Amino acid sequence: MTMSKIIEGLLYSESHEWVKVDGDAATIGITDFAQKSMGNIVYVDMPEEDDEVSCGEEFGAIESVKAASDLYSPVSGTVTDRNGDLDDEPGLLNRDPYSNWIIKVKMDDPSEVGTLMDAAAYEAFLAAQA
Amino acid sequence: MIYMETLKKTCLYDSHIALGAQMSPFGGFMMPIRYSDIIGEHNAVRTHCGMFDVSHMGEIFISGPDARDLVNHIFTNDVSSLPPGKILYGMMLYPDGGVVDDLLVYGMPGSQTFLLVVNAANIGKDYEWICKAAGGRNAEISDKSDEYGQIALQGPDSERIASDVLGFDLSDLVFYTFKETVFDGQPVLASRSGYTGEDGFEFYAAPETVRKIWSALLEAKVVPCGLGCRDTLRFEVGLPLYGHELGPDISPIEAGLGMFVKLDKPDFIGKEAVEKLKAAGLTRKLVGIELADKAIPRAGYPVEADGRQIGTVTTGYNSISTGKSVCMAFVEMQYSEPGTAVEIRIRKKTFPGTVCKKRFYDKKYRK
Repeated sequence: MTMSKIIEGLLYSESHEWVKVDGDAATIGITDFAQKSMGNIVYVDMPEEDDEVSCGEEFGAIESVKAASDLYSPVSGTVTDRNGDLDDEPGLLNRDPYSNWIIKVKMDDPSEVGTLMDAAAYEAFLAAQA
Repeated sequence: MIYMETLKKTCLYDSHIALGAQMSPFGGFMMPIRYSDIIGEHNAVRTHCGMFDVSHMGEIFISGPDARDLVNHIFTNDVSSLPPGKILYGMMLYPDGGVVDDLLVYGMPGSQTFLLVVNAANIGKDYEWICKAAGGRNAEISDKSDEYGQIALQGPDSERIASDVLGFDLSDLVFYTFKETVFDGQPVLASRSGYTGEDGFEFYAAPETVRKIWSALLEAKVVPCGLGCRDTLRFEVGLPLYGHELGPDISPIEAGLGMFVKLDKPDFIGKEAVEKLKAAGLTRKLVGIELADKAIPRAGYPVEADGRQIGTVTTGYNSISTGKSVCMAFVEMQYSEPGTAVEIRIRKKTFPGTVCKKRFYDKKYRK
């Protein structure tokens, strides 16, 4: 597989979710590495607005043609928005996994993101896995 | 007994790596799952043409004066009048009616030799099973799986591409027949057959010849297709996969494959069990289920109705050709009528579905 794209300024989890932090608001998606490993994404199982998510816990799933992969929340808090475009066009996650976010969360404890990796650390993490 | 199994490589392994395929173990082999994306490969086969490395499949030859009798003894279909050049699909059964394997039997020239094409994961088991079943019959059984590679060329343009690129004139072959042809001076067995629901061919030859055929097809821009879309393609047309819709604990009658079990044959292993099951009546049956939602029912997910589990999904996808989320599942008889409302448990939720026929897309064979 070709090199995976990594964006500066985002935080990354070991389960290949990315987080964009703005105060106590977190926008969550999956990384280019994740979409490449899964292949064609055909369904996104997302929580609803006002659902609670917990750091490290499963909050939904991404279905590729062949398999379902659980999504793990990198933060704890309340879902404020879900990306409804993915209901009709889940393949958006293949085309551009960084502009097509999955959910937005109002964080209970913004300091939780301290355990996540920055772009350089995630790049090293991917390199170590190869 | 614990033993280490090393994964085998097919004769086209180097090409898969060079093409950047995503590789995964299947049936004891490292096999390509996809080269680019499964949807693109799937659609290439449905609309144009694609090629598969299926060299992992096993080739077992049975020959000799009693070969035909032996095949008829172990095989559910009837080879008593199978002429050279024709193929039959069927199963080998255990005495209790469970399935040892599903396979193709090719009637070879001379009428005393049969080629059995079996599933990769079952080659060793099948070979031992046949040897044990042979008894005192005068027949030689040989596993030549390592001497053969196999390429499946599938899709509506297959006949033209086989002619233009490989120089094979296959226009006289009808579905489930084959002939010997030649590529680069070497023998090739070419059959009009496949596992996609499309018109197409399967070519059997020595590994070196298979590599040359593969390279010629690649050069002609034929799309290489992995096992990922082989599964989505066979699934859409309701073809069974051993380990999912067939297995030691499944009767071919339950899987809806009764037409390949010839109970009017004098005798074959498992016949009595099939007759008993038919007389007693089935308790479960393989059906199709269509979901209203796009959530995907996967193998092993429970099928529920009336507040309890009434079945299990065997294979499921969001069908690439139809866009619907559908599956095959074994369900209790009383829930097997088309139109019956059921639910499928997917992760934490249940999704409503309707029982339907287990063919989600029509086959396009050249009969």
